[in-house]
Amino acid sequence: MSSTISPSIIAISGVTKTYATGFKALKEINLDIERGEIFALLGPNGAGKTTLISIVCGIVNRSSGTVTVDGHDIGKDYRAARSLIGLVPQELTIDAFETVWTTVNYSRGLFGKAPNPGFVEKVLRDLSLWDKKDAKAITLSGGMKRRLMIAKALSHEPRVLFLDEPTAGVDVELRQDMWAMVRRLRDDGVTIILTTHYIEEAEAMADRVGVINKGEIILVEGKAELMHKLGRKRLLLELRTPLTAVPDAFSRYKLELSPDGTQLTYTYDNQSERPGVASLLRELEAACIQFRDMDTQNSSLEEIFVNLLRQEP
Amino acid sequence: MNWRAVWAIYRVEMARAFRTVLQSIVSPVISTSLYFVVFGSAIGSRITEIDGISYGAFIVPGLIMLSLLTQSISNASFAIYFPKFVGSIYELLSAPVSYLEIVIAYVGGAATKSIILGLIILATASLFVPLHIQHPFWMLAFLVLTAVTFSLFGFIIGIWAKSFEQLQLVPLLIITPLTFLGGSFYSINMLPEVWRTVTLFNPVVYLISGFRWSFYGKSDVSVGVSLGMTVVFLAICIAIVAWIFRTGYRLRN
Repeated sequence: MSSTISPSIIAISGVTKTYATGFKALKEINLDIERGEIFALLGPNGAGKTTLISIVCGIVNRSSGTVTVDGHDIGKDYRAARSLIGLVPQELTIDAFETVWTTVNYSRGLFGKAPNPGFVEKVLRDLSLWDKKDAKAITLSGGMKRRLMIAKALSHEPRVLFLDEPTAGVDVELRQDMWAMVRRLRDDGVTIILTTHYIEEAEAMADRVGVINKGEIILVEGKAELMHKLGRKRLLLELRTPLTAVPDAFSRYKLELSPDGTQLTYTYDNQSERPGVASLLRELEAACIQFRDMDTQNSSLEEIFVNLLRQEP
Repeated sequence: MNWRAVWAIYRVEMARAFRTVLQSIVSPVISTSLYFVVFGSAIGSRITEIDGISYGAFIVPGLIMLSLLTQSISNASFAIYFPKFVGSIYELLSAPVSYLEIVIAYVGGAATKSIILGLIILATASLFVPLHIQHPFWMLAFLVLTAVTFSLFGFIIGIWAKSFEQLQLVPLLIITPLTFLGGSFYSINMLPEVWRTVTLFNPVVYLISGFRWSFYGKSDVSVGVSLGMTVVFLAICIAIVAWIFRTGYRLRN
């Protein structure tokens, strides 16, 4: 049964995957992907990103749980569910001896769509592949093969696009092109789910971010909230004279003193209107606590990500 | 039914055959011609007629079956193994395509290629020996049934195989010997009683015998038994393919 009012286009509930070897790739995954968003799924290698995507797309059987795509169960109503999805896998896996034109039209046919040369031409032109339409895949560069994989995934006009590590091993220019293309697709109403272990990619693209580790989703947050965390900065003050303890008068700043007493660290929100840096420096001067150098550091998403993973048992 | 998907797969499979026409068509035709030169002309001229049929004409159905079996298995096993090997099978598995549609497309493509090849070999044979087909309908029926059955068998091998070595294992070690020992070049009635009994456990005997009957009206075993054995093998292959897709064996696990 199709649902047009639900904000979730993909609903993953209680999904687990245990391989025949006994390895538990996914443990009770619950995740909703909102309609029209760009969702970044972050995680270290082997965390379960590709397994999760493969289950939603029908490539791998799940051990338990349910997944619906726009209200269609991926098992009982697999045709409707799969016809909504386009997948760009991580590996460059193309029949090397087919031409660009043939292989993209093959993908469209495979998804049951009537031939539409005009649409396929538009997809190839958008991805700067039109000049290569008669070239065999084997003759394309790595970047072009990646574009061809995207063209194949878009050939049947999907409403949900999975990009599994889309910019792994691609140059900066192509990465920028891909990001622009993803934003265009989102503007056309396509929901994008990308997996990446490039944190900056998630920062640049995503509306929401999910972190998966050891087969479990450990965080799902909007980028605005994450940017708030990113906005936290640290002011490092190298003291002329070591302190034995932070004076009580500074307790409201929650300063941290290094073990050797030579460095004070003040963590603050730089997006706040009154971050408190100026008042802290004034009060330190008034208390005759002098410093010989100062520095500031951003707490990046990468740090948050690494800390999250460290907290995991 | 997603007929557009079936057509898309079928067309790509047929295009591959025409792209590799030397390997797909020319090579088997040359091999068959050599069999005629060696067995039909050189050795055959010294062998008397078998069941009233000249030796050159006698071996034609067996030679066609030899190519039909090996090519059906080879075409279908390679067609499904290759996307598994390069990883492009992800697209097939993620498409809104049913198991039945996948089988129809791949097995249909492989069987079509084998049937075309069988007919080309038949035409080639007619250049060497005078041919007369007594039961053309049954000749085509055996041709199609065998091509479909062994394409299904090849499809199973292609899914089972984890390496190119395994892909070649069954055709080289089982199918080719069974075909050579299945009466391609002789009547099993020419064998001593013991070996004749042993040969009856070779399923290929029934295929060749039935096919030869459609040409000359003469067979080593009853044509009904031949047809029955072919259908039984087809049913076994269908059951295995159904099990593979139900469990996701070596595809979705």
